[in-house]
Amino acid sequence: MSAPTSSEPATAPVTRPWWLRQRWLLLRRASQFGLLGLFMLGPWAGIWWAKGNLAASTWFDLVPLSDPFIVLQSWLAVGAVTSTALLGAGLIAGFYWLVGGRVFCSWVCPVNVITDAAHWLRTRLRLPPGWRPQRSLRLWLAAMCLVAATLTGSLVWELVNPVTLVQRALVFGVGAGWTVMLAVFLFDLLVSRRGWCGHLCPVGAFYGLLGTASPLRVAAHAREACTDCGDCFEVCPEPQVISPALRGSGTRIVVSGDCTNCGRCIDVCPDDVFRFAQRYRYRPPG
Amino acid sequence: MADHPTSRNFAADRRRFLARGVQAAGAVSLVGMLLASHAEQARSRPVSALRPPGALPEDEFLGACVRCGLCVRDCPYDTLRLASFGEPIAPGTPYFVARDIPCEMCEDIPCVVACPTTALDKNLTDIREADMGVAVVTGTDTCYSITGVGRCTGCYDACPIKDEAITMELKQEGGRVYFVPTVHREQCTGCGKCEADCLYPEAAIKVLPRALVRHDVGSDFV
Repeated sequence: MSAPTSSEPATAPVTRPWWLRQRWLLLRRASQFGLLGLFMLGPWAGIWWAKGNLAASTWFDLVPLSDPFIVLQSWLAVGAVTSTALLGAGLIAGFYWLVGGRVFCSWVCPVNVITDAAHWLRTRLRLPPGWRPQRSLRLWLAAMCLVAATLTGSLVWELVNPVTLVQRALVFGVGAGWTVMLAVFLFDLLVSRRGWCGHLCPVGAFYGLLGTASPLRVAAHAREACTDCGDCFEVCPEPQVISPALRGSGTRIVVSGDCTNCGRCIDVCPDDVFRFAQRYRYRPPG
Repeated sequence: MADHPTSRNFAADRRRFLARGVQAAGAVSLVGMLLASHAEQARSRPVSALRPPGALPEDEFLGACVRCGLCVRDCPYDTLRLASFGEPIAPGTPYFVARDIPCEMCEDIPCVVACPTTALDKNLTDIREADMGVAVVTGTDTCYSITGVGRCTGCYDACPIKDEAITMELKQEGGRVYFVPTVHREQCTGCGKCEADCLYPEAAIKVLPRALVRHDVGSDFV
């Protein structure tokens, strides 16, 4: 599952060892599996540092965390929210605002491992892109989740949300949860390239909105060195975010909230164009 | 018109933009309606699936519960489970089956304490006030004590508040003398200990949702 998710770079850099060309990917996998491991430490080894799941959890029997999107839906559904849930949602929202909203998608969400695997396989099999819905569809879906919760008084999206269903299946027992994993995998493999995370997932859309002003961003710092090899566009799960920073004349910062800060472009660029930067203190070269 | 190519492009762009918006809104509304009707079905659950103590009425519960499983983790008797995807209960919501593992009625009610939402009502501080359901002797023709097969007091012995929630009432019928397990609905919390311990292969006493038992008529009503 942790195999590189891209086609090989067109121009293979000879100067950097392989692990350096994969360093953000390796760190990302370590983060995804590490966090899942922390949640599983309780049920598997009886070490309860983390209790609960991505919807809400308690860390070290003290710190509450909760998903702000789910808490928002719950508040709309029943018109009440506890201070615990509010505090947990605030901590999570603050953290992702700081490091990039969709860091949740690429560094935490277990579904990303599944969709990256599907993308890796579909690249190997040279499958056509398939269905390409507009990327804004996920925003519409996010709005639908909120409206549906308000009108029905129930957490409608949680009946089918792959993000929480998959993680809950892994932490609390799989049941038929594997069908959700398989469905997402097959959807991304056969129906739509980067379909779930890139076009449909309303949870990702919510975190994208949360991250529109995040300080931690990727910068096309050395864009003059770009040779137009296209490797970054090839590996990027949201390639539309790169162009303005790389090819525009304005800011070099990738400002779109769609960017997941996965760092894959930094990994693959043979000319070291990209780096992480602090958006509000960034100084272009020269 | 040929003099204003940009304005014409603008109009075409706007038309396309609006068309795509309408398309997306339509598709998403459809998905929303399907999900909402699915949610309506998901409101029903098997009668044997009981909610934890302090659970709000089912309609509110399904909006308040964020499906985190913290109540399940803090249940010392592994009574509570989270419904997994595919079960006939809203996935991720906690429940227990009394016949498998009943609620042990912990005095400190750790499941309610653990709940980060309003789904399990924090106002429940005395476990005797819990209302997970109400026990009903459903097997009047199978109960060993009623039928006279044996002198069974399984449900009575299991009850954490015996002599209040369950009593064994002496009945005389013709020449036959026997004891009838009798539930006093006002006191019964629906913990399910009686159901779990019933010796008959299919429990002769079962915890049912209170709404099914028409408790509102009053327990003294005959």
